Amino acid sequence: MFNPDETLNDRFEFVKERTASRIFHPRSLGDPLFTGIIATLAVIVLALLIGIAIELTVKAMPAIRHFGLSFLASTEWNPATDEYGAMPFIYGTVVSSAIALMIAAPLSLGVALCLSEMAPEWLSRKLGFLIELLAAIPSVVYGLWAIFVLGPWLRDWVEPVLSRYLGFIPLFSGPRVAVGMLTAGVVLAIMILPYIAAVCTEVLRVVPQSQREAAFALGATKWEMVRMAVLPYGASGIIGAIVLGLGRALGETIAVAMVIGNRPVISASLFAPSSTLASVIANEFVEAVTDLNVAALIELGLVLLALGLILNVVARLLVLSATQRRFSRVA
Amino acid sequence: MDNTIASTMRRKYARRLFLRKLKSDLMVGLTLLATVIALVPLFLVLGYLLSKGASSVNWDFFTKLPVPVGQAGGGMANAIVGTFELVGLASLIGVPIGIGAGIYVAEHHGRGLAQAVRFAADIMMGIPSIVIGIFVYAVVVQPVGGFSTMAGAVALAIIMIPLVTRTTEEMILLVPPELREAALALGVPDWRTTLSVVVRTATSGIATGIILAIARITGETAPLLFTAFGNRFWSTSLTQPIASLTVQVYTYAISPFASWQRQAWAGALVLTTIVLALEIGVRWVTQGSARAAR
Repeated sequence: MFNPDETLNDRFEFVKERTASRIFHPRSLGDPLFTGIIATLAVIVLALLIGIAIELTVKAMPAIRHFGLSFLASTEWNPATDEYGAMPFIYGTVVSSAIALMIAAPLSLGVALCLSEMAPEWLSRKLGFLIELLAAIPSVVYGLWAIFVLGPWLRDWVEPVLSRYLGFIPLFSGPRVAVGMLTAGVVLAIMILPYIAAVCTEVLRVVPQSQREAAFALGATKWEMVRMAVLPYGASGIIGAIVLGLGRALGETIAVAMVIGNRPVISASLFAPSSTLASVIANEFVEAVTDLNVAALIELGLVLLALGLILNVVARLLVLSATQRRFSRVA
Repeated sequence: MDNTIASTMRRKYARRLFLRKLKSDLMVGLTLLATVIALVPLFLVLGYLLSKGASSVNWDFFTKLPVPVGQAGGGMANAIVGTFELVGLASLIGVPIGIGAGIYVAEHHGRGLAQAVRFAADIMMGIPSIVIGIFVYAVVVQPVGGFSTMAGAVALAIIMIPLVTRTTEEMILLVPPELREAALALGVPDWRTTLSVVVRTATSGIATGIILAIARITGETAPLLFTAFGNRFWSTSLTQPIASLTVQVYTYAISPFASWQRQAWAGALVLTTIVLALEIGVRWVTQGSARAAR
């Protein structure tokens, strides 16, 4: 269709416009839309983390204002008189986690070495799978098992031996009961072991093969190779894995609440009932009557959150520095 | 004379080598022992579950409501359905957000927001689940005015999101860049490339991550205590409290009644069977190609 009034330039502009709208149509709408959607979803994740921190702080405010810093140091926890202090729970959390780490850390390092260095590939894969199953069992199931099996077993077989030979230390004296700090610590150890072992194994797998070969070339035995080449190289990652395990132990709730006895007191004996930050929240939150009681419990949650955040940041940085070294060295 | 010195040296050296090898073997044995010790609880727990729980798992257990103390029989039908309902709803909320955020983090690798989100997801995995329970209590339960199915699902979703985000990201980063380049060279827009080529290639890995996240939240108790709460009867609406296997097992386990404790063992057996079936099933299907979400 020829229009005599139309100049060549007009025609050119028209075609250019039409092609541009055709080519750029899908991009100009689809890409920003898609990026917008996934960016929004990504922001939700970020907002959740910030929201959790802010919301807990706001809801804990009445307790923070009322008790100030003495909240952390006070050993009095009495809903009847509306007096609240976090010390018994901080003590319970720290001690039960310490017991767990003392048992789980060496064992999981052993497991990690076995999986990554010692066992042949086929065996290592099977054992690794079983260790992962250990992590898959729900914590309420561990708690149930600990109430009826582990607790009584510790009371009848382990605690008598401990109090007989170490009874002069207050930690290992006192009446022996199935529910208490020791039982909680042992359950925690079982539960955090697979996590520490998994991260350790990953860290050790990153150690370059050349390091191992160099040690062997010098005539090292297998253990000497591990001690000279593998462990120093993976040290920071191993520590990171243990810190990660500690973070898990601090926050574990249900299994601990089921076996620790839930008494808000600091006792000298490890056999005695105690309470942790997480377990007291699980036990008392629904029954809390006064606003101050609720706020105090939420402040305990805030303490737990702060501990968890700090430990996780530290642990991730340690593990990251251990696993990313490979790339920086090779590059 | 020379001969004796040489042989003494040789004997000394051989002795030393023997000791070093002995020490090495001993340490290898110790690590193996550590692994065996670590696995003992797994078999003990599974063994006790079977021996104490199996006898109480029967038809009634799956079809009847719980009965008050003193009455015989009863089951956990509402708790089993409740667990599926909570996990299903949580997945509906958590999976899209997790996948979307994961795609963003992978596709905009190295950009400020992406790094911040990645770090946030890492940190969120370390937040104790009971803290998430408190958060949901404050933002859902309190404003709405009561414990509800919705609140429980939201709590589980929040636990699920960082797990899905991180596996999605890791699986997308494993996709060879050549695939993306081929699609872009054909003139396919970025978003189509991402969805139909990159994400599609990573689908099986992402699915594995989602199923492992589902297994994880199925076993959660703490965040449900004051969100979904629990219910002795059927829950008919999303605004009502709802029973779940985990909370039911918890309540029964700490009760002083023998009949309830038996039910707790049965519930724990069913719960563990579901969770382990998911874990083992997904690994069996993918043959360990995808790494577990932690």
